[in-house]
Amino acid sequence: MFFTYLRRELRRRRKAALVVASGLALGIALVIVVTSVSSGMGKAQDKVLQSLYGLGTDMTVTKAAAPAASSSERPRFQFDAREDGDDSEQSSDRVMVQGFQTLAASTVAKVSAQKGVQGAVGGLSLQVLKVSGQFTRGQFQQDGTGGQQGGPGGNGGSGAPQGEVQGGGANFDVNSYSVYGTDVTEPALGPLTSSKITSGRTFRTTETAARVAVADSAYAKEKKLKVGSTVTVKGVKYTVIGVATADSGDAAANLYLPLKQAQTLADAADKVTTIYVQATDSKKIDTVKSAIQKNVSGTTVTTSADLADTVSGSLSTASSLATSVGRWLSIAVLVAAFLVAGLLTSAAVSRRVREFGTLKALGWKSGRVTRQVVGEAMVNGLLGGALGIALGLAGAYAVTAVSPTLQAQLGGGSGGDGGPGGGPGGGFAGPGRQAAAKTLDVALTAPVSVTTVAVAVGLAVAGGLIAGAFGGWRASRLRPADALRRVE
Amino acid sequence: MYELRGVTKRYTRGKETVHALDGVDLTIADGDRLVIQGPTGGGKSTLLQMLGGLDRPTSGEVVLDGTDLARLSETRLTTVRSENIGFVFQSFNLIPTLTAQENVETALVPLGVKVRERRERAAEALRSVGLGERLGHLPSEMSGGQQQRVAIARALVKQPKVLLADEPTGNLDEGMRDEIMDVLDTLWKERGLTFIMVTHDSAIARKAPRLATIRKGRLTLTEKAAP
Repeated sequence: MFFTYLRRELRRRRKAALVVASGLALGIALVIVVTSVSSGMGKAQDKVLQSLYGLGTDMTVTKAAAPAASSSERPRFQFDAREDGDDSEQSSDRVMVQGFQTLAASTVAKVSAQKGVQGAVGGLSLQVLKVSGQFTRGQFQQDGTGGQQGGPGGNGGSGAPQGEVQGGGANFDVNSYSVYGTDVTEPALGPLTSSKITSGRTFRTTETAARVAVADSAYAKEKKLKVGSTVTVKGVKYTVIGVATADSGDAAANLYLPLKQAQTLADAADKVTTIYVQATDSKKIDTVKSAIQKNVSGTTVTTSADLADTVSGSLSTASSLATSVGRWLSIAVLVAAFLVAGLLTSAAVSRRVREFGTLKALGWKSGRVTRQVVGEAMVNGLLGGALGIALGLAGAYAVTAVSPTLQAQLGGGSGGDGGPGGGPGGGFAGPGRQAAAKTLDVALTAPVSVTTVAVAVGLAVAGGLIAGAFGGWRASRLRPADALRRVE
Repeated sequence: MYELRGVTKRYTRGKETVHALDGVDLTIADGDRLVIQGPTGGGKSTLLQMLGGLDRPTSGEVVLDGTDLARLSETRLTTVRSENIGFVFQSFNLIPTLTAQENVETALVPLGVKVRERRERAAEALRSVGLGERLGHLPSEMSGGQQQRVAIARALVKQPKVLLADEPTGNLDEGMRDEIMDVLDTLWKERGLTFIMVTHDSAIARKAPRLATIRKGRLTLTEKAAP
């Protein structure tokens, strides 16, 4: 009788049932979309952070950037004057440690020894400025008789043949790119982990001193590099063994070299710019940070959370919107839907006073009548839940299908003079700082987790129960004498 | 057997205290047929509610077969209603979404009768009131007289000792009224029920062997000698 009665009542009152279910569905769909979009924001932010850190890194240790570089440290390029007619190309490389002061390689071991540290690996971030081109002498053209070749800019003295220098000049190309010296013995940590090797291979752990390089795919495309090509840095030739593509955003560097090679190029033996640290427990990152700051003096420790705070742009705005406005909107709609469902159920009971009074007069106990009311409300709630889940999934799917692009601006804090690359040295560590001045585009997705669906089902049941509680309470208070009421 | 002793029911309406029943004494033997008549607001329905255990008196005793209904817990009172008392209402009070057979079955649900037996007994009860062909019809698909027959079948399917009817012909035309009264009288005679009916209809009241008239909560009993 319970199910027959339930089925017939829901069919008869399908409009009211649809109103209740739709209200709940709207609330539940909003919760699913907001939750999944928030989750997508989180993933987008993680991607941005990964592009700076690499997978598995919980924090970085650096030494703060030195004040503005003095003029004596400015890069100097020297080119020789060549013999007449020698227009061969000349080039000069300047390799500089990027932005930060270096740390002694022994610091890596010191950091590794701290409690709560799972692993630590050092890396050296460099900026290479290459100037290359040709220098051509001008030709002296003498007025009148005789002629004499002169040097560049040379002028004849008094009594000397009169004339002028014609032609000559310089054609130089300036190329700036970043190099990251990676510890090939620890391939699981560091910025290279945020890229996938799409061609060739990565470094072998034995290639500590090998003259091999991995090129970022964008840089490789620009410079037409492929596996087997050779790149020359400061006169040293490196064979490209692999091409890496960043999972998202910009790559950490244009070229990756074994750490020792990078140290040699920069005349920075046993020096690193950044130490990448993985904690044993992701919940104890703050404790580990404090321990490192306390025990390894003169360093700056930056955690993922610190870095996340510096992400701005539309990603940050959308993330804030999702977590604040979206969450409150969902709660407001849900509360309203629950209230409406409860009031409508209660009103439906009021309209059925004589019906329930009659059943009580026939000997139906209050509990049985209440169960009937709650059962109807529960089915409404579950219908709303199913409708809401379908709507929510469709909404989340639409967001993922459209994949709106969000911009993440990294850093933007007080910048130093920066290196020759001209990038402001924000608060970032390691090669990530090169990206500090840049804006990354991240596609937003809205992944729906099983937990989200479970929460939606829970909300549907809760909605049904709340509505049922309203109606059930009303029904339980009905007197059987109400069956004799003549006016409905 | 009913024994009502000094039954009083008072309630407040705004600032006014209404004496719906005022010291009613009444004895109704098993198998009796009693008609209750009186002006609107005189206390007829209140008296029926007391007899049916739908409401409790402010004071006095409503004893059914030795049990004072006024002192029973709500659960026990519900059990008494489900086992011993059948109700027929003026507006039929059928569940609009249930078929005639399912409506009759609702009276057997609290007794814990198994589904199959419930269906059989409901069908039999409907046949006994001449609705054997209408088992699967909804109330909206039946005339007023047919709906009232379904209500009578629902009241009698559990074979109660007492049948209480609150103006059972109040919503019916004259032809239907006689038809329903014939059904009720026949069932009363066949089953030996105690049949108590509230009515405004003087024609019905005139035929009653025992007539209780209630005005301003006070009851006057008129007994006619058997013809």
